[in-house]
Amino acid sequence: MPKLHVTTSVNGEPVEFLCEPYETMLDALRGQLGLTGSKEGCSSGDCGACSITLDGRLVCSCLMLAAEAEGHEIRTIEGMAKGEKLHPLQQKFLEHAALQCGICTSGMLVASEALLARNSNPTEEEVRFWLAGNLCRCTGYDKIVRAVMETAAEMRETAR
Amino acid sequence: MNVVNNKWIGQRTIRPDGVDKVTGRAAFAADTTMPGMIWGKVLRSPHPHARIKSINTAKAEALPGVKAVVTSRDIVDFTIEKGAVMLGIQDMRWMCRNVMARDKALFPGHPVAAVAATTEAIAAEACKLIEVDYEVLPWAIEIDDALKDGAPILHEFNKFDGKPSNIMGRIESKKGDIAIGFKDAEIVIERSFTTRPVHQGYIEPHACLISVAADGKTTIWSSSQGQFMVRAMTSMLTGIPQSDIRAIPAEIGGGFGGKTIVYLEPLATLLAKKSGRPVKMVMTREEVMRATGPTSGSKSTVRIGARKDGTIVAAHGSFYLQAGAFPGSPIRGAVGCSFAPYDIPHVLSEGFDVCSNRSKVAAYRAPGAPIGAYAVECVLDELAAALKMDPLALRLKNAAKEGTKAAHGPVFPRIGYIETLEAAKNHPHYAAPLGKLQGRGVASGFWFNAGGESSAQVNITEDGNVVVTTGHPDIGGSRAGIANICAELLGIDYKRVSVIIGDTQTVGFSNLTGGSRVLFASSMVVTQAADKVIATLRERAAKLWEIDPEAVKWENGAAHPVSPNAGQFEPLTLADLAEKAPSQGGPIGASVQLNTQGAEGGFGTHICDVEVDVDLGIVRVIRYTAVQDVGRAVHPSYVEGQLQGGVAQGIGWALNEEYIYNKDGKVDNPGFLDYRMPVCSDLPMLDCALVEVPNPKHPQGVKGVGEVPLVPVMAAVANAVHNALGKRFYSLPMSPPKVSAVLDALTQQAAE
Repeated sequence: MPKLHVTTSVNGEPVEFLCEPYETMLDALRGQLGLTGSKEGCSSGDCGACSITLDGRLVCSCLMLAAEAEGHEIRTIEGMAKGEKLHPLQQKFLEHAALQCGICTSGMLVASEALLARNSNPTEEEVRFWLAGNLCRCTGYDKIVRAVMETAAEMRETAR
Repeated sequence: MNVVNNKWIGQRTIRPDGVDKVTGRAAFAADTTMPGMIWGKVLRSPHPHARIKSINTAKAEALPGVKAVVTSRDIVDFTIEKGAVMLGIQDMRWMCRNVMARDKALFPGHPVAAVAATTEAIAAEACKLIEVDYEVLPWAIEIDDALKDGAPILHEFNKFDGKPSNIMGRIESKKGDIAIGFKDAEIVIERSFTTRPVHQGYIEPHACLISVAADGKTTIWSSSQGQFMVRAMTSMLTGIPQSDIRAIPAEIGGGFGGKTIVYLEPLATLLAKKSGRPVKMVMTREEVMRATGPTSGSKSTVRIGARKDGTIVAAHGSFYLQAGAFPGSPIRGAVGCSFAPYDIPHVLSEGFDVCSNRSKVAAYRAPGAPIGAYAVECVLDELAAALKMDPLALRLKNAAKEGTKAAHGPVFPRIGYIETLEAAKNHPHYAAPLGKLQGRGVASGFWFNAGGESSAQVNITEDGNVVVTTGHPDIGGSRAGIANICAELLGIDYKRVSVIIGDTQTVGFSNLTGGSRVLFASSMVVTQAADKVIATLRERAAKLWEIDPEAVKWENGAAHPVSPNAGQFEPLTLADLAEKAPSQGGPIGASVQLNTQGAEGGFGTHICDVEVDVDLGIVRVIRYTAVQDVGRAVHPSYVEGQLQGGVAQGIGWALNEEYIYNKDGKVDNPGFLDYRMPVCSDLPMLDCALVEVPNPKHPQGVKGVGEVPLVPVMAAVANAVHNALGKRFYSLPMSPPKVSAVLDALTQQAAE
């Protein structure tokens, strides 16, 4: 079967690529697009390390076919900072030491950003259930939850 | 101790590798490529136990796109007859057979061949074309099955008590005479426990990218807990000299002990050598779960005798630990650590290393210690109840302190165990009210900690900043700790210190990131290197000022005359002296290599509250406080992170994690959906109370902190469940089906 031609947008930039019909979005990102910030921890949608957004919706890129990106907007961890300016979540993760090994961090940040986009004032329980699809084996989640809640509070303050 | 002003030590600085990790730029094992790269795949045994009669790779080699195939014939054999060849704690006889089965496949997932091809799909297809003629043998998975009469024997050469056996070894720690001790006891409690093997659960699967040039020069890019371990094991298993292997430590996506041995690197090296192409190999999660080391499952019996006043007079523990396919379960941790928090006159602690047809165990956070502590700390809970004593008071009465001789050998120096008990007792958590179906448990734990070989270089850049190179992969933020210490010693801003992890050919030998040794050992060598640099800086200033170096002091990042008597000179900063370096003797830097000593053991005491959902049989941890003597918290956030991470892993071990085997002897849950580690919504905030009793043998007072926090957890949770239900679980995990069964039985009892 011939490769498929995909026209899409990744982190706001127009992108074209060829992919196998069975190729996952994660493989396309990490392979030919060279965006290795999204990680493969399980390839079954259980760990969330490959989290990206598709038209603003949080998805596991290991469960999405690359061909499904056609005509849609993809955002990855690489698009989160604006040049040298980190997103408030990125900054807060650093300040709170909300990462140890860092392998889950990309997915955690993408998922957290997606949460704050729809809920600017989440409770601790809402944060915990939203992030329940993102495994972290290092931190016990404590500092991650604190970082997300504090970012939300600061972003609400800034938006006032 | 040489720390004076404490400007950076104890600060919650931003870690040096932080920005790379929050922006996706950090390069982990699977994140790199090389020109001409091809893909390697492993063919694995489907059988738990089988003799390999022949392997035919001809069809695979003929498949278009296949560039190389390797089998055990290509791997250096460390024959059993010639005896042990040790690399650290690993015997290369088992390591060579674990990376590739030789005469027998010993667990489902055991590698039997590997293929490299132009695509992953072709490599996987080629694996299917390899013909392996197996003679399937009877197998044993659980300890009881491996120990019963007539059990299938994994290693026929092995004898225990003169008979062929799967018990591969026995060790003991002994103090006094337990026969005498138990005679003196007024109350004796003996209980037996089982725990299940649990996986370290690092989110990053094992991966590597390796090229071998025509002249044998080899470059390994992989993530591990020790690039020098990777170099040495790969060298020994392939025959390539260490001087030709450059092992580059990629960022590592979690290890917890599981990345202290090699799986893929020797195979990828041989495939790269045969094919002449760089070879990349990445395990799937399923391969990680089937073929890499969990920690042992166990069967333990613990007997403790005490006087009515709570004085413990005798203790006996016997710990049977699963080693998996090859000898080497962490019996030393179970035997040595279990009773170490207590001053007991008569102790016998025995460990048995049991092989069975499951993947070879690997280290997991305080290997063996949590298994032993689970049994001992549960028995202590029962003892406290029988004596009508507060469980912390019982521990306080018997606590080890300075001068206590531990059964495993050492006489403790100044330790902080009692301080952890006092802190737990006085913590508001311990007095907080509990609701219905809630319970509270406490438990303590000990880990040896480790020193050993470390190397570091401290170099002053031409513009007067600092680059520190160490040899230990940083998993949990150790670079931040090193930067704090180096900035402190040199009296400069933290941001002027860059800390990197060198590869095997650019920094001196450094042992594994393991044993809770990294910050202890690396800060010791970095301190000595920084001291040398400061001596050079003082000499340079002295020369410029034409005074004696002894008349120059280093303070706040600059050389000053020690007193007005020494002369009146403007301070010379690091930048000044770096600028003048070319004309004043050349580059400024120092390198230090040490076999570090003085890593004293660590102690922790935990408080856990649970609530039992009686409808679903789910135990939920609703509050948790970890108290630990951490020596000196060089970077408190990452110290807390170690405590919180260890606690989360222990909660998983206590409540959910286990391998489910099917009737064919294969793991039925080799993925994160069914092997259920704690997720964010399973846990509460995890509180930490850091007790700082500085290690007198370390320049900054550092003690290892990474492993202790897993040790008490399962017992703390089990004791809390007992407190909630009045019913004790003697086997882990306390998973919903088991809890439901107990709740049903309790309901039935009540009805009758």
